[in-house]
Amino acid sequence: MELFRSHILICGGTGCTSSGSTKLLKRFEELLEEKGLTKEIKLVHTGCFGLCEAGPVVIVYPEGAFYSRVKVEDIDEIVSEHLIKGRIVQRLLYKGSVAEDNSVKALDDVDFYRKQKRVALRNCGVIDPENIDEYIAFDGYKALYKALNEMTPEEVIDTIKKSGLRGRGGGGFPTGLKWSFCAAQPRGPEYQKYVCCNADEGDPGAFMDRSVLEGDPHAVLEAMAIAGYAIGANQGYIYVRAEYPIAVKRLEIAIAQAEEYGLLGKNIFDTGFDFNIGIRLGAGAFVCGEETALMNSIQGNRGEPWPRPPFPAVRGLFGKPTILNNVETYANVCQIILNGADWFNSMGTERSKGTKVFALGGKINNTGLVEVPMGTTLREIIYDIGGGCPNGKAFKAVQTGGPSGGCLPAHMLDTPVDYDNLIAAGSMMGSGGMIVMDEDNCMVDIARFFLDFTVDESCGKCTPCRIGTRRMLEILNRICEGKGEDGDIERLEALANNIKATALCGLGQTAPNPVLSTIKQFRHEYEAHIYEKRCPAGVCKKLLSYTIDPEKCRGCTLCSRVCPAGAITGKVKEPHVIDTKKCIKCGACMEKCKFGAISKK
Amino acid sequence: MKSLADLEAIRQKTLDKVNLRREHEGTRIVVGMATCGIAAGARPVMLAFMDEINKRGLLNVTVAQTGCIGMCRLEPIVEITAPGQEKVTYVHMTPEKVARVVAEHVVNGTPVAEYTIGAQDK
Repeated sequence: MELFRSHILICGGTGCTSSGSTKLLKRFEELLEEKGLTKEIKLVHTGCFGLCEAGPVVIVYPEGAFYSRVKVEDIDEIVSEHLIKGRIVQRLLYKGSVAEDNSVKALDDVDFYRKQKRVALRNCGVIDPENIDEYIAFDGYKALYKALNEMTPEEVIDTIKKSGLRGRGGGGFPTGLKWSFCAAQPRGPEYQKYVCCNADEGDPGAFMDRSVLEGDPHAVLEAMAIAGYAIGANQGYIYVRAEYPIAVKRLEIAIAQAEEYGLLGKNIFDTGFDFNIGIRLGAGAFVCGEETALMNSIQGNRGEPWPRPPFPAVRGLFGKPTILNNVETYANVCQIILNGADWFNSMGTERSKGTKVFALGGKINNTGLVEVPMGTTLREIIYDIGGGCPNGKAFKAVQTGGPSGGCLPAHMLDTPVDYDNLIAAGSMMGSGGMIVMDEDNCMVDIARFFLDFTVDESCGKCTPCRIGTRRMLEILNRICEGKGEDGDIERLEALANNIKATALCGLGQTAPNPVLSTIKQFRHEYEAHIYEKRCPAGVCKKLLSYTIDPEKCRGCTLCSRVCPAGAITGKVKEPHVIDTKKCIKCGACMEKCKFGAISKK
Repeated sequence: MKSLADLEAIRQKTLDKVNLRREHEGTRIVVGMATCGIAAGARPVMLAFMDEINKRGLLNVTVAQTGCIGMCRLEPIVEITAPGQEKVTYVHMTPEKVARVVAEHVVNGTPVAEYTIGAQDK
């Protein structure tokens, strides 16, 4: 065994990889080699730390120095100053991690992490996801051992039931109950059952599952094996989208390592229990996140849902009893088995237990991943952890639940976040995307954006979803173009309610939600578009007109020179005028004007 | 891998390696590694500490570096902080002295008085 005096953790999540962390790793390798430090200092490529905004992230232990936005050029300094001389490079430290006396705060004390409680993400950014030994060092595969040797399948299901764990993929169905339905089907060698993992994370702006797979893939494998034991299945499938190459690669490595150790495969821990896991890649269809469409896709068919009942617990994959859980749900399972149901249900609210991971995005300072106990308020998540809206803009709304969810306005910021509260507020938990919008976002446009997405992703099997959502989108497009008519809002509502009631699967049943919730919370914006033909946020181009205030214009001619359409005329030192017929509303003139004379309305 | 013991063996073996990344209350050995320390031979001292800790398989001990604390004439300087004890500063350290410091101070909790800064001043 080698002892290392220092560990350098480099984030290998997708966010940091795209901002160049692989290059950092290479440079560190070169320099450590050059300085002869390879025996003293260990480089670890980890999963996501969550603070993607500050990426690429590098953390150096034992000091726990949190370097953010590290560039390749900075590495020489980190090596020569920090690693050789023990002097922390202050200028590269994440500003929130430096205490008032200039000392380095422990990671848990940084504002972004302080209110978080990491259960599903506990190993992300801590272990090397491509090394099974590190997972085992953090109690990995102990839960599987415990389940197989010390518990009956019924006890496993009872523990999950008592813990109050609910599906993290969006619906919030109690996980233990789902398992018990499937376990109730006849079991034995002649009865095939399946355990599936839904890693087809398709909501725009959501990346929790990707992070878990990239940072802690073994946690999912172990939980699937436990689920297999509980329901009497010996085959598992992970359905993961092909757009997650890093996650797929790490899953493949993890499965190979677990098989090599005998933690997957035949006769696990000498108990006679066999379990294998295969990976199936999705080709980027949003509807394949729906359980029956996902199973169709695994079977090699077109990704279309089938009507339920019978539910997959009775007749699922290949017509056999199947359970399907989301990645994050599985990420909680091992901890529940190890620490007990009471530990888990001590966190959260009355009907929503444990923690939830949210992907913060949109107009927010700390874009990234956060995990908080259920019942944390939106305000705490958005302001205390997320750091609020950038550039001092006013918060307008937060969209939860992706294309199936809704928008919550500022006066609902103190809503404690859990499954039931969000539904009561007219939105939903969804898989955990949280998109923050500020005063510059037009709510009609947002609704149009999400509907555009679902229209595109509708599989076309059932009429309400295929045609109904398209009709809604047409109305919204008209409103945004200034051709809205009296009665459009009511027409939208009627269509929405019909689609919700009649669509075949979750995609169609929830697709109208963004429209309904924005009408409910921001009806005045719809009315402004329809009756006054104006967009209050200044987003919908067709409703804007740029004008020059003759009082403020000095006639510098700058605007007329940048105008690509030649719409601005005027003599030097005299007020200019925009020809609204020629104007293409690109905003170039407004950006250039030094006197603030140009405004849009 | 057939038993809990197998799992535990891997866990223990790897725990040492990842221990550094956990918050813990262990002993901290801090070696002065500014220019003066390095010139006086701090590197071999630090490597000797790592070697000794590794040999003994000590958990909960971290080896860290620090800059110059201003007493360049006494380098290499090593500070050891054990849980619940005052910080002890060793001066003029050499790789030869390391084994004794680890055995008596880090393991048994009794600082080696004759190597400390207090003994130097007398």
